[in-house]
Amino acid sequence: MTGGFPQHAAGHVPVLRLGDVLLVTLQGDLHDSAAEQLQQDIGEAIAAHRSRGVVIDVSGVEIVDSFLGRVLAEIAAKAELLAAQTVVAGMRPAVAITMVELGLTLPGLRTALTAEEAVRGFGGTDPVLRTARTRLGSP
Amino acid sequence: MDTAAGVEACLPITSDMDLVWVRQHVRQAAAQLGFGLVDQTKLVTAASELARNTLVHGGGGRIEVTALTDGPVPGLRLTFRDEGPGIADLDRALTDGYTSGDGLGMGLGGARRLVHEFAIDSAPGAGTTVTVTSWVARPPRPRGEA
Amino acid sequence: MPEQEAAEQHGVPEREIGDFLHRRREQIAQRWADETFFRSVFTVSREEAVDAGRTLVDALAQVAASGRVTDPEAAGFSQVREQLVRMCAARSRAGLTPSEVSRDVAALRPPVVDLLVAELRDAPEQRLRERSNLLTVLMGTLRVVVMEAALSENQALIDRQRMQLMEMATPVIKLWDGIVAVPLIGTLDSARSQVVMETLLESVVEQQAHFAILDITGVPTVDSLVAQHLMKTVAAARLMGAECVVSGIRPAIAQTIVHLGLDLGSVVTRASLADALAYALRKLGADIVPPSSHGAGER
Repeated sequence: MTGGFPQHAAGHVPVLRLGDVLLVTLQGDLHDSAAEQLQQDIGEAIAAHRSRGVVIDVSGVEIVDSFLGRVLAEIAAKAELLAAQTVVAGMRPAVAITMVELGLTLPGLRTALTAEEAVRGFGGTDPVLRTARTRLGSP
Repeated sequence: MDTAAGVEACLPITSDMDLVWVRQHVRQAAAQLGFGLVDQTKLVTAASELARNTLVHGGGGRIEVTALTDGPVPGLRLTFRDEGPGIADLDRALTDGYTSGDGLGMGLGGARRLVHEFAIDSAPGAGTTVTVTSWVARPPRPRGEA
Repeated sequence: MPEQEAAEQHGVPEREIGDFLHRRREQIAQRWADETFFRSVFTVSREEAVDAGRTLVDALAQVAASGRVTDPEAAGFSQVREQLVRMCAARSRAGLTPSEVSRDVAALRPPVVDLLVAELRDAPEQRLRERSNLLTVLMGTLRVVVMEAALSENQALIDRQRMQLMEMATPVIKLWDGIVAVPLIGTLDSARSQVVMETLLESVVEQQAHFAILDITGVPTVDSLVAQHLMKTVAAARLMGAECVVSGIRPAIAQTIVHLGLDLGSVVTRASLADALAYALRKLGADIVPPSSHGAGER
């Protein structure tokens, strides 16, 4: 599944390929540099495999600050330019509440309850993928 | 309000590896003091934002972590210090969307919404000190009393 | 030596009061058992009230003997504090205010002082006055201790009720596979909104719910703060991959929302919980057909 990718140094996030979907599983605390590297790796992988979708599983992530939020938004924007759709899956409630409080609602980013569902969603037209596009009034 | 023994630390903020240490330390301290999961997450996220400010805009500095008590209620105070260029217009720096770096402009204003108390002290050329405090949730109070 | 004399003198009146209480323990307890503070709490048997009275006299005697008659924190009081808290709790359940409880306790003083005065009838007036003053001070301190107990009991009761109310008021109900709902009832304050948001989002994960319905039929008013909390909950649910629907917006509330110029943005709203459920079911791919006809879906 992972064949054909440049080997990453330890601590970097592997990008798995499931058919024409890329699966990235974020775990624990991500360094800023690892996040930036990931952004680049995903772009290259989409281009190399003409992937239709990118699923980023964040169920193991304990916090998303504005930096990681920006990385996620940029991955999605870049993928869009390469004709691939990005879905962020499995965000924990505490992380979601904190992001909203912080003012990070990631408009335009697609989300799913679980990575499995997100991957399945690329198999056909699944109604469960939806867009986060809430606008919050300024507090 | 007294400082309580237990969680006392001063960590350097000089690289993005240090940001990871800061987050882990704040998480541990908050869990130890009895913060709930959502409040822990808010505190760690605020710490991450502020530590990154210290690193990116202040050219590095340090964080002091202090456990507090207000009667029976435990709290956690985080102080971020740098000797960087300082901030000339504090009001503008606290406005969402304002940024001098390459973030989303959520840094200061966003962090302020994640904590109970927020204070900033800065002047051009004199560095920046940001102090934030949060308290373990008390029994809920009616609106206006909190 | 005058110094030694003073040292001996010090604490003697207090010890005397302690001895007096000890000696008259039974009589005092019997008299107190007829006072409201004891009588109204220990309703099962008089012996129970007398017993509680004995314990209280013992505690007071100990406080007097230790010479700390003005100190509510004296060691002797700590032994009866729990009993006093229970008695206060019983009185406040009966609807008494702390000041009424305080009056009950004040009524315990005359019987004891009367006993002391009777005992010291033939003593010099100076001594009588000194001893009865001391006993009065001790009974005053007891009143402070009881007041503190009553207030802390009241506060604890209020805190407990707040927590219970909050938990009771935010049940998350599974309406269908993948659909959960919270019927909100009563005023939404900041703290409660926080609890609602957390419980609803937790249940989204637990139930793997694609739809979460916030029903505000039972919420009397929606101001900008409440609207903001609703928006935050909706935004957080979306980040998690679920869709939030707000239902039960009564005409009056819709009016307020328009009036205040509140922007509910892209929040999906429905007039009733039933409409919200129908919306979610249809989005999940279910078809809702009226029993009579087999034609188009309802609306």
